[in-house]
Order: sequence, then structure tokens, then C-alpha cells
Amino acid sequence: MASGHVIKRAKYKTSPKGAGTPGVLKMTENKIMFKPNDPTSASKIDVEFRLIKGYKNTKEGSNNPPLLNLSLEQGGSYIFEFENFLDLQVCREFVGNALTKSGDAAKAKSGDTAKAKSGEAVKATSDRSTVTYPDEQLISSAEMELRIKLLRENSELQNLHKKFVLGNILTESEFWATRKKLLDGDIGTKSKQRVGFKSSMILDIKPMTDGRTNKVTFNLTPEIKYQIFALKPAVHRAFLNHVPNKMTEKDFWTKYFRAEYLHSTKNAVAAAAEAAEDEELAIFLKDDDILANAARQKIRRVDPTLDMEADQGDDYMHLPDHGIFRDGSKEITDSQHEQFKRTFLQDLNRQGEVVLEGRTIDVELEDPRTVAEALAQSRQESDENAKQERLDRISRMTEMEDLQAPHDHPLAPLCIKDPRDYFDSQQLKTSDDTRAGSEQLRCSLSSEEAYGSLRGSISEIKAMGLSDPVVRPEVAVMVLNGLTQNISSTKFQLGKNAQEGILNSLPNTTKEELLHHWISIQELLRHFWSSYPITTSYLYAKVSRVKDAMSKIYPQLEEIKESVPSDLRQQVFLLVRPMHQALDAAFQHYEADLQKRSAKGGDKPNGYV
Amino acid sequence: MPSAPTKLYADDVSLLVVLLDTNPFFWSTSSLPFSKFLSHVLSFLNSILLLNQINQIVVIATGCNSCDYIYDSSLSTNPGIENGKLPALCSELLKKLEDFVTRDEQLNKQQSQSLPPTTTSSLLSGSLSMALCYIQRVFRSGPLHPHPRILCVQGSSDGPEQYVAIMNSIFSAQRSMVPIDSCYIGSNNSAFLQQASYITGGVYQKPQQLDGLFQYLSTVFATDLHSRTFLQLPKSVGVDFRASCFCHKKTIDMGFICSVCLSIFCKHHKKCSTCGSVFGQAQSDVASASNLKRKTPET
Repeated sequence: MASGHVIKRAKYKTSPKGAGTPGVLKMTENKIMFKPNDPTSASKIDVEFRLIKGYKNTKEGSNNPPLLNLSLEQGGSYIFEFENFLDLQVCREFVGNALTKSGDAAKAKSGDTAKAKSGEAVKATSDRSTVTYPDEQLISSAEMELRIKLLRENSELQNLHKKFVLGNILTESEFWATRKKLLDGDIGTKSKQRVGFKSSMILDIKPMTDGRTNKVTFNLTPEIKYQIFALKPAVHRAFLNHVPNKMTEKDFWTKYFRAEYLHSTKNAVAAAAEAAEDEELAIFLKDDDILANAARQKIRRVDPTLDMEADQGDDYMHLPDHGIFRDGSKEITDSQHEQFKRTFLQDLNRQGEVVLEGRTIDVELEDPRTVAEALAQSRQESDENAKQERLDRISRMTEMEDLQAPHDHPLAPLCIKDPRDYFDSQQLKTSDDTRAGSEQLRCSLSSEEAYGSLRGSISEIKAMGLSDPVVRPEVAVMVLNGLTQNISSTKFQLGKNAQEGILNSLPNTTKEELLHHWISIQELLRHFWSSYPITTSYLYAKVSRVKDAMSKIYPQLEEIKESVPSDLRQQVFLLVRPMHQALDAAFQHYEADLQKRSAKGGDKPNGYV
Repeated sequence: MPSAPTKLYADDVSLLVVLLDTNPFFWSTSSLPFSKFLSHVLSFLNSILLLNQINQIVVIATGCNSCDYIYDSSLSTNPGIENGKLPALCSELLKKLEDFVTRDEQLNKQQSQSLPPTTTSSLLSGSLSMALCYIQRVFRSGPLHPHPRILCVQGSSDGPEQYVAIMNSIFSAQRSMVPIDSCYIGSNNSAFLQQASYITGGVYQKPQQLDGLFQYLSTVFATDLHSRTFLQLPKSVGVDFRASCFCHKKTIDMGFICSVCLSIFCKHHKKCSTCGSVFGQAQSDVASASNLKRKTPET
């Protein structure tokens, strides 16, 4: 059906209820044509499949006539009524195939046009028409919605978006490029979890008997095949060895289930007899040697401090009936045919292990051959790790605690609740040293001279009287300011109270402004620095745009500083300073880069590299 | 005690005992001349007297070799202006101060003949004790008395050898609820005065601008104790709590403490020099380890 064309008799209708125009519908690989029987009729159709968005059809068995509804991309639809449901079925399949084919092509095409369009749009908005931007990524509507949602939820983000994107400082894609994490994070929550194995015993695939004949049917799905490979390495190996060289896949599975069936009848004698006849069948009936090896390895991996022998008695075997399909207690032991008997416990453990391990491969399950190969590869990888892991484990487990050096660290973590405790004591210590120096200085004067000068001072004041203004007004103001600042200034509260930051002491408007500027600056700086080194003219344009925006913020910060009351100015200054420093660093780098550029190539004034 | 019971002592009446540092060695090196200093202090004392008619002032000079009362406002009889230049308070005080300095110098000479001059610090412990004695006398004068406080205007550095005496004075002041304010005009902070103010609930202030000393004094130290509860006076940023050892009078931040009398030593001793307790020889290692305690500054 995929190739060629379909021609069916049909009626063309504009509405499901209308009478319709009888005619012939012809569908080729990329076109639908309808020729009405009456050549004068206007309802002649010739459309390409890429213009068709989707299709609907009525179901067989319902009261409706067999209708096929093709909806158009631009809106509107074509409705065809067929003579019977068989025709409808054929046409529907053809349309379905054609649509998927043309859809792929259309997507690629529309992508190109969209890219071109967005490119133009950006060009139009930018003031430098010579600058070309890298292709705006085509964003899906889902992503767009996500962006809108993020903006709506986060007013801060919205403000930034409004300021920079709508202010033509950053483009939409630039803005979001730095927030990939936000977008990814949201998508990440949607990503589906890997589905593990079912925990039901897949070994217990119950055969279906029809009751009349001796035929037994097993239902196999790719999923079950994969699980069998995972559960039984021996089957897995046999499959890799025998299929498709020795036998077909179908033969392989038939043999496998024959063996399984023999197991399920719990007839060890019969199993042994069958195995003797057919060596391939024997593979399935014998104990899985790979599993046995693995079990031996696992025993070695067990915590060396665990006494295995002491735990040996703790088995399940003597407990009757666990309510599970295959019950170990009912399996009669027969030492002669031991190897053809699997215990229930082994199966149960193996099942549990595989389920817990989960899916180790991630391939299409359709082809059992690829599944088997992928599984083999993943097993090899894990084996290599296991060896090293075992060594590590042993060294870890055999460590005797009381023979080890104490683990406590020689350094105590530095914890300064009140930083002034520390700094004041440091200051006092250093002041001691200087004190000793001044004492020496004092001793250099003879006592007579010292007393003489003291008496001189006293007689001086006696003669002169008290100095007229005791304190000069300027000095008095200074002292008074100094004293009251000590009292009111938040400097003395700094670090005292962790909950009360400087920000909270500022008036609300100032606080908000400062925070807003801080965020804006961070955003701009992020874009600024991420543009270096400038390799394209696009980046050059972006940097200069961002730089212009930043230089606009600079005076705004100064304004804030001026606007606050003088007692808070110090705090605001402290807050603004790092912003200024960050901006200055950016400007400096910009200038330096500009100079380097102009020095390198005077003939490229536009900053081309 | 002339304070008559007829006087009505309200809660804002102060008895201010000012301890003036007259250490000549300090003043010869100080950036603030002693005459300027006196001018500030005298103006301050005057303003204290102006704040309340029955405020009382006692000034004690803290010298290198002696201490003495140099002024007591309750004893001064002639208010009014003498010389036309200085208030009576000043001329009286200055005269006594001059006498005191002369006496102190003589004492210094006598001592330096017998002993080599070792100490250059003022006898703060002595003047503190004198101030406390005076205050005790006021306390005993009757049920009503002005609220006493002590103001140390100190410039010279701490004399570690006075540690025990000063600490005893401080604790005594604490016990009698007498706050010790301190205005330290030396170059570095004084640990003794910091501790004194901290323990007694007084104010420790180290003026940054010495030519504005009067402003500091009148802003911080002029208010009476009752009014202080309504003011936000400068808080000390940190206190140096280090002690001096009893054996060598060194300032130490870690040392040995006698488990009986709490005397402080910089080295391990077999016997406590203060109370005579004998420290066990056998456990000396253990004892020394456990008795070694660090004094940390706290705020």
C-alpha cells in the first residue's frame, strides 16, 4: 500500500449530513485528487498531502456511513463517503502512511522557513542591520508555554525579562539561554521513569492448553524474551551461540519451553531422559553453570565478617507452601537426577536479583538478537568493575576499628559567633606591644624635668585662666557626632544579630531598588562575561549593547546613594560598592579588549577578528 | 561630714569622686598639654556643680608615689570669683594640686635614693581606695545621701604590680554599688579601667579627640545615675580581661590558679604564696594541666 496509488469511488461532501457529490477519489504518494462524475461540478479537488493536517473516520459497526474526514492545515476539511467500510479502510491506511511521510518532510521545510523568519525579525528589531544573529532556535510551543509559565510564576524574572528583552538589550533566546536549567529542570520532572521488570515470576509462564488436543501454547512477547535473557544467562548464551546459525529463533524458543514444560511437570526422570536424547535441550534442563559461577563469586563477595556456616541452617526449604505457583517443598529430591532439578529457592532468588538490578540496557526490544547482544555487552562491563569493588570491599570490611588511628581531626572548626570577640581580642594583643614601647619613651625623661613641666602647666593655667572657649565648636560637634554615631549607627549592630541584615534597616523602596539593581547587574554581567572572547560580530554587538545597559545602571546606583538619609548612607555605600566594583571590572575589561583589538587590526574597526 | 540632713537628696543628686592622673611622666609625653587638660576638667567640674545645687565633687590626685584629696566641694567655703580670672573652685584646686605635685616629687626623690626608679604608672589602686573610703563615709552619714560614683581620668598605663589591689577596689566598689566610670586618655586601652567599668556597671570611654575632652566628659559622664537609665551611653566594644600574675606581676592570658584562694601565677609553684596551700608534688603534672586556665576577653 505504501507505493503506488489508490482509486476509489466516493462522494465528496462539505458537511457530514449533506448529500455530497459522487465521483472518483484518487490518491497518489503526495496528492489527493477528486474528480466528480459530473464534469461541470465545481467540487473538484487537487491538494497535496502536506497541506493536510489530519484525518478522522467513522467506525465500522456504528450507524454512520463510512466517512473519511481530512482536515486542512489552513482550516476547513474534506469529507468523503465511501461505498463500504473496506474501501474506507484501504484509503485510511494510505492517508495515514502518506501523512507521516509528508509530515517529516514538512517539518524540516517549515523549520527552515521559521528560521529564516525569525532571523528577519531579529534583524528588524536590531539597530545594526549589518549584524547577523545566529539562528534563533526554533522553540516548540510547549517550551514557549513553559517560558510563559515561568515568567508568570516568578515576578522577578518577569521584571528582568521586561527590562532586558523588551528593552532590546538582550534577545529572547539570549535571555533564556542562561536559564536553560530552569527550563530543563521543569522538563526533567516530566521525564518518565524507567520501567523495571515486573516482580511476578516470569518463569511461571503458564502454558495455554485448549483442552482437546495435547498441544500446549506459550505466549511470548519481546519483553518476556528480554526478561528470560536477564534471568537465565545460560539461555542467553545458548541463544547467542545457536541463533540463527544452528536453528531458527522459533525452534529455539520451542525447545526452551519444552524444557520448561518438563520442569513444570516436576518429572526429573523424564527430564533426564529427554536431555539424553537432545543435547540442545539439555542446555535448558541442566543447572545454569553461569549462574553457579556467579553464585560462587557472590559468596566470595559476602562481607568477610559474616559467618556463612552459621547462617546455613536458615533456609526456607522446610517451610511448607508459600502460596506460590511452584512450591519447593513438593519437589521430591532425587539425588540421581539432581542436576535436572531446580529448586524453587534458586528461582526465587534469581528473580529477585534481576528485578532489583533493573533494566541495564536501553534498546528496542523487537529484535531478540540485538537485545541478547546488548545484554552481553553490559554484563562484561559490570564484571570488570566487580573485581576492583570486591578488593575495596574486603579492605574496608576487614578494618579493625580499635586498631585504627582515631578519626577525629586535629583541627577544630572555626566558629565565631560574634566576630568582634575575635577582632577585639586581637587588637588588644597588638596594643600591648605598642604599650611597652611608649613606656620606654616615658622613662627617657628625668623625673625632675617631668615634675617641672607639670608644675609649669599648673602655674600656666593659674596665670592664663581657663581657655575661653573650653572646646572649639567644630571639635565639639565632631565629638558629639562621634559619640551619638556610636550609639545609633548600625555599625555596632553589624554581625550582632544574624537575622537582622542591613537590608532590613533600609527603607523599603531603597531596599527593593537595590535588590532589583543587583539582579539586573548580575544578569547583565552574566551575559557580558559569557560573550568573551569575542569571536563573532554578533558577540561584539551583544557586548556593546550589554555594556551600554550597564553604564546606564551606574548613575542610578549613585542616585540611590544620594537619596538615602545620611545615617544609612554608610550601609548603602557598602552594599553598592561591590556592584560598582563588578561593573568597573567589566568596563575595564571592555576597554582593554577594545584597545587590543584596535591595536591588532586598525583596518577592522568593527571589531572583527 | 557637713552634709546636713536638712538637705533634700533627690535621686538626681550626685557625689562625683574624680581621680585625676597627675603622673608627670605621662603628661610630659602626652599630646594634650596638662594645662589644657586641666582647663577641660575644671570646666567639667564646674558644670557638674551647676547641674544641681547640692551636687558634690571630690577630686583626688593620683600621683606616682602618693595620692591625695585635692578638692572637696562640701568643704569649700568661699564661692565667688577670686583673681577675677578663675572661679574659686579652680584656684583652690590648683593650689592644692601644686602642693601635691611638689610633695609627690619629694617622695619620688626619697624613693629613688633608696630604690632604683621602677614604677612609672600612677597609683590608681591608692586613689581608688581613697575614693571608696570617702564614699563609705558618705554612706554612713545618714539614710539620705547623694548617689556616689567614681570617675577615673587616667592617662598613664596600667601598673601590673597593682593588679591585686585594683581588683580588690573594683570588687569593693561593685559590692557597694558604686559605678566606676573611666575616661582613658592614654594611647592604648587600659585593661584595669575596662574591667573596673565593666564589673561595676560604669562607662569606659577612650576619647578619640583629646582637644574635645570637655565635650566627652560633659556628654558621657555628667549625667547623674538616675538619668543614666534613660540614656544610651556608649558601650564598650570589648574588655581585656587578662590578669596579672601574683608572682612576677606580669600580664598573662594563661596561667595557674591556686585552687584554694584563686591566686594567679604564671608558673607552677610548690606552694601558693598567698594562702600557703601546698600543691601536691606527685600530681603536679596533672594539677598543672588542669589548673592552666585561659582568660578570654568577652563583651
